[in-house]
Amino acid sequence: MSEWLPLAVLASSLLPGIAIFLLHEDSVRVRSSLNVFGACTKLLLVGILLAGVRAGQDYEVRYAVLPGVDLALKADALGLLFITLSAVLWLFTTLYAIGYLENAPHRSRFFGFFSLCVTATMGIAMAANLFTFFVFYELLTLSTFPLVVHRGTAKAVRGGTIYLAYTLVGGTVLLAGIMWLHNLLGHTEFARGGITAGLSADHVPQLKIIFVLLIAGVGVKAAIVPLHGWLPQAMVAPAPVSALLHAVAVVKAGAFGVVRVVYEVFGAEFSESLGLLTPLAIAAALTILWGSLRALGQNDLKKRLAYSTVSQVSYITLGVALFGPVGTIGGLVHLVHQGLMKVTLFFCAGNFAETLGVHKVSELDGGGRRMPLTAVAFTIAALGMMGAPLTAGAVSKEWLIAGAIEADLQWAVWVLWASSLLNAAYFLPILWRLWARRAPNAWPDERIAARHWQETHWLLLLPPLATALATLGAGLFADHPLSPLSWAQLIAGQEYPGRASP
Amino acid sequence: MPESVAGLVLIPLTWAGLAFALGPGRGGRAALAGLVVQGGLALQLAMAVNDRRSAHVAAGGWDAPLGIELAVDGLSATMLLLTQLIGLSLVIYARAYFGAADPERRYFWPLVGLLIAGLNALFITAGLAAVGLVGAGGEAQRVGAALRYLFATLLGSAFYLLGVALMYGAYGTVSFSSLAPLLTAEMSVAVLMAGGLMLAGLMIKSALLPFHGWLPPAHGSASTPVSALLSALVVKAAFYLILRLWLDLFAAQAAPLAWLPALLGACAVLWGSWRAITAVRLKMLVAYSTVAQLGYLFLVFPLLAGAAAMQAVVMQIVAHGLAKAAMFAAAGVLVSASRQDRVAGLQGMAHHLPLTIAAFALAGVTLMGLPPSAGFLAKWLLIQSAFAAGQWGIVAVVLAGGLLAAVYVFRVLRQALMEAPTARPISPVPRTLEWVAFALAGASVLLGFRAGDLLGLLTPGVPG
Repeated sequence: MSEWLPLAVLASSLLPGIAIFLLHEDSVRVRSSLNVFGACTKLLLVGILLAGVRAGQDYEVRYAVLPGVDLALKADALGLLFITLSAVLWLFTTLYAIGYLENAPHRSRFFGFFSLCVTATMGIAMAANLFTFFVFYELLTLSTFPLVVHRGTAKAVRGGTIYLAYTLVGGTVLLAGIMWLHNLLGHTEFARGGITAGLSADHVPQLKIIFVLLIAGVGVKAAIVPLHGWLPQAMVAPAPVSALLHAVAVVKAGAFGVVRVVYEVFGAEFSESLGLLTPLAIAAALTILWGSLRALGQNDLKKRLAYSTVSQVSYITLGVALFGPVGTIGGLVHLVHQGLMKVTLFFCAGNFAETLGVHKVSELDGGGRRMPLTAVAFTIAALGMMGAPLTAGAVSKEWLIAGAIEADLQWAVWVLWASSLLNAAYFLPILWRLWARRAPNAWPDERIAARHWQETHWLLLLPPLATALATLGAGLFADHPLSPLSWAQLIAGQEYPGRASP
Repeated sequence: MPESVAGLVLIPLTWAGLAFALGPGRGGRAALAGLVVQGGLALQLAMAVNDRRSAHVAAGGWDAPLGIELAVDGLSATMLLLTQLIGLSLVIYARAYFGAADPERRYFWPLVGLLIAGLNALFITAGLAAVGLVGAGGEAQRVGAALRYLFATLLGSAFYLLGVALMYGAYGTVSFSSLAPLLTAEMSVAVLMAGGLMLAGLMIKSALLPFHGWLPPAHGSASTPVSALLSALVVKAAFYLILRLWLDLFAAQAAPLAWLPALLGACAVLWGSWRAITAVRLKMLVAYSTVAQLGYLFLVFPLLAGAAAMQAVVMQIVAHGLAKAAMFAAAGVLVSASRQDRVAGLQGMAHHLPLTIAAFALAGVTLMGLPPSAGFLAKWLLIQSAFAAGQWGIVAVVLAGGLLAAVYVFRVLRQALMEAPTARPISPVPRTLEWVAFALAGASVLLGFRAGDLLGLLTPGVPG
């Protein structure tokens, strides 16, 4: 019925993005206003969508690109989970980036592509079929590349090239799977309960190959081991890019793709009956452990966070692969919770780097005294990652473990416990250095002096504080009807209609 | 529609003559005015075809079977539109590109006029009589001044001509519509040889592997507007004729041999891409990309039974035409601005010429076949037909070709996004050049949203 709303959600970042490309480098105020205006408009539109979808309204828009091939957007509960997360974090990251890039070169290019990335993310979330999903998935790849190589150094270009190599090959594999499926079905529309179950039994071997192609295609962005190699390399990007794109938009686009493929292309029941979910769960479990193990050995703060992302994003995949509504809730809620926590951590890492020139874990000694607010935000998010009580992370882990028990996969419970221990092993030393160790006489490269409570630029300080608060809020008020958990329960109820979620 | 059909040949001939008489300055203006009118005529023709599906016109005072029969259908209407559109863009480009003292400028306008008249004539002629016109690219060689190109076109034309002579000897007609019914019967060796000669001649002219050797040096060394015209349009003309012969005349006889052009096309995709990846000079990279992209066109021959294959061909011709014109136009700007021609010398260009790099990138998106570009839809249609026909090898080649294209496109973009180690002098470039490149590239991407209009021209398919 309401066709314009999904389009408006896209346009609220696309149009400012195009306008920003045309701006002169020095028109800082116009550019910042456009950015903030776009982000606020998008939030407003997403709010309207949320209210509408809760009230049971349908939002869909279609455009025939080729005979039988539609570019189609729809806003459903699952998509909105991802949209809301991205829209909220886009606003905070935009504010952060305005502060972070003050006086840096090529800002029009940066913010232009940044807006395109957000547009692509929205398109991925609202895609109503695999064709549309692919269109925005590739747009995300293309518009992230200039952000990764933004600094223009040989190292940045190398990181960007590795990123492209992984994601473009992944995109090609995804396209192969999509076209194969299109050949069998004549369409690729997402539908609850899947669309492949109606095919005759002789198609089963083909369907298994298609499943592997599709999951491998989205698995590159979801950084499932061994397809994760691009993520640590992409950390050469500026901090806002690492924060929003590599902690939230890009990896979540992959994880979200896993969700759509399992639930709305193959259907959870059908995937389970083909025996595809257990291998997926094993791949996710290996990724969770491998990412954490690699994080332990990283001295570069951003790389440690990157390997932590590799590990944490696969919680979502694991939750999806645990057949049953409880695991689904755990996976979906973690999609939001991990985003809030990880973006906070990257904001803080950026603050340490920009303010003090600290890039390494070993240089963080005494950071809590010099930058207490940043360190508090970092601590909250890190505790959340470990699954400490009262944080968002605790809610995720609780539901995931319950899901593993429900699915009768005892080993998955052990994997989740082991991961919590590993999380503690690589985060607690950082907290220890921040709070218990003495600060050095001089920081590596102190660029922003402290003034009163402002330990750094206020635009760099407010976003991590806000997202850290949200991390606490999502944990404390998990039972509130508007919490991410309640929304995940709503989706799980739709994907498993026969089985009331506890 | 006789007026517009005749106009499409007569108008460019007229402004070619005018340009020769008036000199380059006013000649350029005449070309511009002429092309605007031609664009209108081509559009009118396309709309008429859309309504009536085909327009048959007798022209030149000779009727079929002996004379020149003119016919316009969806495929030729598309080719005509594309020719006028790219011609117009490149004329605007060339007016800004050639300096007042450039000696090439003197003969550029008359020759381009003849070239466009020849292409238009080729697209509206429904018969082998295109023989006189298939030499159309010949004018360009004088501009391009590449001996190998001259040799290749002459050899190709000679083969083709010999084939036509044999056909005329056997049947006494050169019109497609008269020949088609005769060819279904038992054919003599002479006729089969004629078909083989014509196809071989055209394959040379369309630079299909292994006859591709002449193309990269010719396209890579000509002046930019000429490179763009050659790569975007002239090679397509030869392919157009192959397709016509294949579909309208030799459909029954050629079908079992369909694997041959497909195999050569697959090799062209892989080899052309590889040479583009390893090319040192920017314009050679773009030229080898043409060899690869033409290869896609030849992949469709085993798939022609499905409707989507023909749509894929048209999408690919148009997408590549626009994108390649854009890419050469952008490359021309980069070469003149940096006063060198190496890919490695492009560092910092994204800072100096963001619009041109954006044009190159958008054209690259089309060549890589990434969404939402027209190139993506061409690839989608091609893979769809290949899946439907169970041709897995073609699926693999198309997918691999996209990745290889990404390697050579991003080779350029990576350099451009890198900060230059030392500040190098950048020559000023007219903004018109940048905007023409950008407009062509933008069109190649945005066309993806209007594919329905283009493909609508094709239904119910090529007559014959």
